[in-house]
Amino acid sequence: MKLKSLFAALLSTAAVSLAYADINVGVLVSATGPAASLGIPEKNTFALMPTSIGGQKVNYIVLDDASDTTTAVKNTRKLLSEDKVDVIIGSTITPNSLAMVDVAAEAETPMISMAASARIVEPMDAKRRWVFKTPQNDVQMSTAITEHMTNNNIKTVAFIGFSDAYGEGWWQEFSKIAEARKLKVVASERYNRADTSVTGQVLKIMSTNPDAVLIAGSGTPAAMPQKTLKEKGYKGKIYQTHGVANNDFLRVGGKDVEGTFLPAGPVLVAAQLPDSNPVKKSALDYIKKYEAAHGPGSVSTFGAHAWDAGLLLANAIPTALKKAKPGSKEFRAALRDALEGTKDLYAAHGVYSMTPTDHLGLDQRSRVMVRIENGKWVAQK
Amino acid sequence: MTYNHRARRALYFCAPEPTKTMDLQIALLLGQDGIVNGAIYALLALALVLVFAVTRVIFIPQGEFVAYGALTLAAFQAGKVPGTIWLLLGAGVLVALIDATIAVRGGGLRRLPRIALVNLVLPGIIAGLVFWLEPGKLPMLAQIILALAVVVPLGPMIYRLAFQPLAEATVLVLLIVSVAVHLALVGLGLLFFGAEGSRTTAFSEASFQLGTLTVNGQTLWVLGASAVLIVALALFFGRTLYGKALRATAINRVGARLMGISTTMAGKLSFTLAALIGAFSGILIAPITTIYYDTGFLIGLKGFVGAIIAGLVSYPLAAAGAILVGLLESFSSFWASAYKEVIVFTLIIPVLVWRSLTAHHVEEEE
Repeated sequence: MKLKSLFAALLSTAAVSLAYADINVGVLVSATGPAASLGIPEKNTFALMPTSIGGQKVNYIVLDDASDTTTAVKNTRKLLSEDKVDVIIGSTITPNSLAMVDVAAEAETPMISMAASARIVEPMDAKRRWVFKTPQNDVQMSTAITEHMTNNNIKTVAFIGFSDAYGEGWWQEFSKIAEARKLKVVASERYNRADTSVTGQVLKIMSTNPDAVLIAGSGTPAAMPQKTLKEKGYKGKIYQTHGVANNDFLRVGGKDVEGTFLPAGPVLVAAQLPDSNPVKKSALDYIKKYEAAHGPGSVSTFGAHAWDAGLLLANAIPTALKKAKPGSKEFRAALRDALEGTKDLYAAHGVYSMTPTDHLGLDQRSRVMVRIENGKWVAQK
Repeated sequence: MTYNHRARRALYFCAPEPTKTMDLQIALLLGQDGIVNGAIYALLALALVLVFAVTRVIFIPQGEFVAYGALTLAAFQAGKVPGTIWLLLGAGVLVALIDATIAVRGGGLRRLPRIALVNLVLPGIIAGLVFWLEPGKLPMLAQIILALAVVVPLGPMIYRLAFQPLAEATVLVLLIVSVAVHLALVGLGLLFFGAEGSRTTAFSEASFQLGTLTVNGQTLWVLGASAVLIVALALFFGRTLYGKALRATAINRVGARLMGISTTMAGKLSFTLAALIGAFSGILIAPITTIYYDTGFLIGLKGFVGAIIAGLVSYPLAAAGAILVGLLESFSSFWASAYKEVIVFTLIIPVLVWRSLTAHHVEEEE
């Protein structure tokens, strides 16, 4: 009897130490609420990630933050205290990610954000030491757009964006760069994602007669100003942001979004890239895996941000494992150092090379200008 | 040139861009846009007043019917089976179980066939039609009727499940339940239709030239259908027995019961009408704007502002208030688009002040 209980006790301690050897990855996505169209493909992507890295079992604990900042912070604390995660991936959107920076840094746990704003990793300080991100900064995309505009002889631009962090972020970046490049911004309008009409804003834009209009929205709601512009007979060029890069936008926009220009991650047009492009292979790899699970044409660039976060981890974990055991403070610190040491990692959205001051690590290989032609994304030279 | 002139000219050149003035053309276009949106808000305001008057429920999920109606139709046109059909079947089974249990306990076995017919057989037939008919290939009118047949029965079923057991509760309790139902329906909407929006094909592609103004066919459909629906409601309340029963319940619940009017019947009927108005509004606007699983809430909220202007009692005032909201929204989106919602919802404050100063306040007997 005694022997039996001793044996059971031994077994259970073995089980506990085994559980501690697993690497726990806490994932926070905005799978419901306003950012759901971004969060759902991200969530789907985690199901495709490797379940074993460097010979260690990896557990992905995926939680939803409902696109809400308070929930994001609450769930981050839950992941840290209850699930004892070694690293956090999340969240989908900027406000949530910014709020999580403090929590992750306090627990000395590395965090990889899937949100766009540069403010998540800049300026580098004691807290942001722990924070990395995968999506291109707004400023990289704004530069691509203004470059394209000046090359195409555009002098005046009107801006219409979401009246939230996304639209405001774009407005700040774009107005700054446009001024530097002598583009005249003649109108700046806002609308809500859920608005049923943007007639007023569009009439105001048209009364200023701009050469081009930039629409800063994400997903299908970004199609509405464009449809209204066409309906009222606007003839100039229309630019969208990389926030629209999913097939639902083409479905809702229909013929009204033909000829639209937008900057996007190379994964959107991976098949059209020249074979010499280093990103082509890694991007196609993700597309193949995602579409095998969710059907042809289902892939979106947002899910690829999650995939890239997974690649960063898979690249860094073997290095960290050499220094410490998962579940310990030392392992988390080693993982942070390993992430910061990422060099020339080919991923779906570009090539990552991190430095102590650059926790994004993407260069101009991470964006291409795309035009919508016959309901398809077509890469521009 | 005087100093003043020079200063003004200097100011003119320094100013980033002079605010564009509104000409008649723009004012007309904005007016048209505002009235079309206002017409939809008016329909929802009427439904909110109706439900509140009869059942004292502030019906927050009203907007969800807008989204469900529009997205069910969009799913038909995309050749998919809308998730609402499963909700209809599920809710039907739940209602049938509850009602049957009560009937068996109370010895009212004769009621069983009717319960089964309304809650199981009818939804079953509707589901059967959706599965076998390929609704996307039917003519527009048949598609609309089928979409309404899927969504409208959800109204009385929700009343049966969520509100009927609490019919005598306070307005506050009913409001809390209403919020809960709203959250549940929004969540289900995301599950059924996904996060991205949809549009449906227009009833007509025609457009008319009215002076300098181009009016497209769908706009006329929205205005015409709203007007017809409002007149039909007026006739229903004024001329039919059921309409009069609803009005009686609204004026005095106890009195109406003493006269043999079933308050349960009145509640279910008002929810049916609310669901019908909501779903139909959604179907009307789906060709003009993209509808999302959560679009309904904001539309419903603006209808609610209209209803508040009417103090949740007067139908014509609610309709007028809703049109005012639509116009205010349209013109403020031209002048100050970043503050549009602020302007629209701030409208409530002076209205509430004015109402509380003028109206006789009747303490509720709670």
